[in-house]
Amino acid sequence: MCCPTPSRLLFYLGITMEHFDSAMLSRIQFAFTVSFHIIFPSITIGLATLIAIWEGLWLKTHDPRYLQLAKFWIKPFAITFGMGVVGGIVMSYEFGTNFSKFSEIAGPVLGPLLAYEVLTAFFLEAGFLGVMLFGWQRVGRKVHFVSTLVVAIGTWISSTWIMAANSWMQTPQGYKMVDGVFHVDNWMQVIFNPSFPIRLTHMFLASMITASLLVAGVSAFYLLKKKHMNFSKKGLSMTMWMLLVLTILQVKVGDESGLEVKEHQPAKLAAIEGIWEAQESEVPLLLFAMPNMETEENDYALGIPHLGSLILTHTMDGSVTGLKAFPKEDRPYVPLIFWSFRVMVGLGMGMVAIALAALVLRRKGRLYENKWFLRAVTFFTPMGVVATIAGWYVAEVGRQPWVVYNLVRTADVVSPLPAERVLFSLTMFGVIYFLLSLVYLYFMRKLIRKGPPKMATLEKHLIGMNAPGYALAWVKNLKHEDHEGEK
Amino acid sequence: MDLPLFYFLVLGFCIFMYVCLDGFDLGIGILYPWFDKPGERDHLMLSISHVWDGNETWLVMGGALLYGIFPAAYAGLLSILYIPLMLMLFSLIFRGVAFEYRFKSDRSRPYWDFAFSAGSAVAAFCQGLVLGTIVQGIPEGSEAMSSLHWITPFTIFTGFAVMAGYAMLAACYLYMKSRGVIQAHAAKLAKVLLIMVMIAMAVVSIWTVLTQPEIKARWFSDSHFLFLAPLPIFCAIAAFVSWKDLHNHRHESRPFWCGILLFLLGLAGLVVSVFPYLIPRQLTLWQAASPTTSLQFLLPGVCIFIPVICIYTLWGYRVFAGKVEDYQEGY
Repeated sequence: MCCPTPSRLLFYLGITMEHFDSAMLSRIQFAFTVSFHIIFPSITIGLATLIAIWEGLWLKTHDPRYLQLAKFWIKPFAITFGMGVVGGIVMSYEFGTNFSKFSEIAGPVLGPLLAYEVLTAFFLEAGFLGVMLFGWQRVGRKVHFVSTLVVAIGTWISSTWIMAANSWMQTPQGYKMVDGVFHVDNWMQVIFNPSFPIRLTHMFLASMITASLLVAGVSAFYLLKKKHMNFSKKGLSMTMWMLLVLTILQVKVGDESGLEVKEHQPAKLAAIEGIWEAQESEVPLLLFAMPNMETEENDYALGIPHLGSLILTHTMDGSVTGLKAFPKEDRPYVPLIFWSFRVMVGLGMGMVAIALAALVLRRKGRLYENKWFLRAVTFFTPMGVVATIAGWYVAEVGRQPWVVYNLVRTADVVSPLPAERVLFSLTMFGVIYFLLSLVYLYFMRKLIRKGPPKMATLEKHLIGMNAPGYALAWVKNLKHEDHEGEK
Repeated sequence: MDLPLFYFLVLGFCIFMYVCLDGFDLGIGILYPWFDKPGERDHLMLSISHVWDGNETWLVMGGALLYGIFPAAYAGLLSILYIPLMLMLFSLIFRGVAFEYRFKSDRSRPYWDFAFSAGSAVAAFCQGLVLGTIVQGIPEGSEAMSSLHWITPFTIFTGFAVMAGYAMLAACYLYMKSRGVIQAHAAKLAKVLLIMVMIAMAVVSIWTVLTQPEIKARWFSDSHFLFLAPLPIFCAIAAFVSWKDLHNHRHESRPFWCGILLFLLGLAGLVVSVFPYLIPRQLTLWQAASPTTSLQFLLPGVCIFIPVICIYTLWGYRVFAGKVEDYQEGY
């Protein structure tokens, strides 16, 4: 045997197939594919909204700068959307392929919600996306704006349904169990379950912040390079105003979300805060610690006294349930939750700081010049995505070992597939998604380097003219000449 | 009304929409190797780049509907067909991203052409494998998940048959959307593919009847055949009309509609053969159905939104009506 097989490789690494039965592999695969997928919707929800806003402002003010913003960002939007679509198709089949028992028992609840998502959102987005991307010269400018708006609204509707479904798994209600299958008695209770409103708001804000940071970061990068100055100033200024409102709102919503978790999922909250004792009052806020699942305590803990109590109960010495109040087999994996949470909150605080710094610099009239500020904003370009993923880890790893909280264990509902099949698909996903992310980053870089379309070119484009064929041929010639001229 | 049966029809409609719409755009990828002159591939890509996403959404719709309405069938079929479905998903990923990246690429364009073409071909082949597996039946019990029954001479044949069918639809679509050299080329390909599809349909029909006694009984016992005879007869008529139009360049869009009709008739034949099973001889649509509350909850959604979706999808196609040469390139 000259060439090592994947299982052989794992063997050399000290990992044998006993560690990785098909259940574990399916869970790793789901976590990996869903983590990859969430990157793209969390960008497109916000970016579609921003593009719709710019197009609307262009129609209202006739300032071509807004059109330039929309026309530039529509390209990153298109490749991001494409990645989201292909990743999403995988998700819609993975419940059945890898979690067949879960599909059987929870399908009657989650299936209709997802079907509504497809009916009211996916088709809407897909149907109008063609016109949004390719229809600039095929429809009037108002119709085009409506198409863009519909795509944006489609992304919101989509996230509403998916958050309803996911929140139901966190805080299930409105069902009864018949022969081990969930039967719904009240759909209103299923959709408007206790954690749904706050989690939906949290995710909306996260998407808007993610997209704003992306736009702000690229604008700041251009400003640092002294390229496309007017274009970038407009982008940076707008997104900084938005971030000021959004990040401060998000802090408030995040705090509310914590209170919701404390009420409905105390084990998750205990893991987030690294609290072990069954009942602990005067809880410190841990800044650093290594939660140790074996010894049931935190190593190297560093915290601020009383602050935990203050944040969690809004009193100085309020008490909180700790992990020891739950049997060991009902506890989630603490270190991952503990640290993901700190990554999310740390980045969130950084975003607030940036938004506030922008306000101060704007007052001083140095928003577009301060190098350190611009560098910080450039550094934060992808941080919305990082914070969103970290937040999802807190939510989803924190729900374990349950797939439907306190009712169904994840380990009990995995498809009894042969492990090597799941290993095969997991390896393929690993390779394909790795390549795709490289390609995505390469093309994003390429689009950013290319920069926004020139104002003069935009004017020649006959946008929103509902142009017939011969006019288009004429525009093509113009563009060709343009191209020659630029060379 | 019998809700599971109603949803079975809705599911059938979604599958029909999927195979027709994504059928022609997967087919464009399968035809790629036969169009390699400069500009031809741009033309092929532009003919579908504004609609592929909507077309593929019908696949997601089918998945979600099966999940919500027939969860037992969704769980059973998808885990049993693990490998072909995973391969299909990988291929769809490659071809899906190729749309966006190809137009923005310079040096890497040949790779995207390959990703698009191979992705489309493998996805179509895997769908054929799945179809063949469902028709030939699935072993019962836990061994179903570990056996390799989805790869047999029959399923491999249906895999290639589906590829030929999609390629035929694509050639007819191109015939409708192009002028000049590309149109003539498309017509030539469409005629060859039409013959292949007719042979494949006949072979699959005979093969099934010979190997599946239950399906044979369905078609030939009592007076069934009298009612079912129109299916093959209409197939022959559609193929004949399509052939004449392509041969004489009489009608630009009719071959495409004839192709759609062939798919509809093929699907009807499939339903006749396996009804009322979702997993043949194991799970009927009534056994697999969700509780009534779930079926009722989705009812207004399906009744309102599917017609609305059809309307705006049609509008989307009309915005880009006419020949590809008349579109503005890119965005």
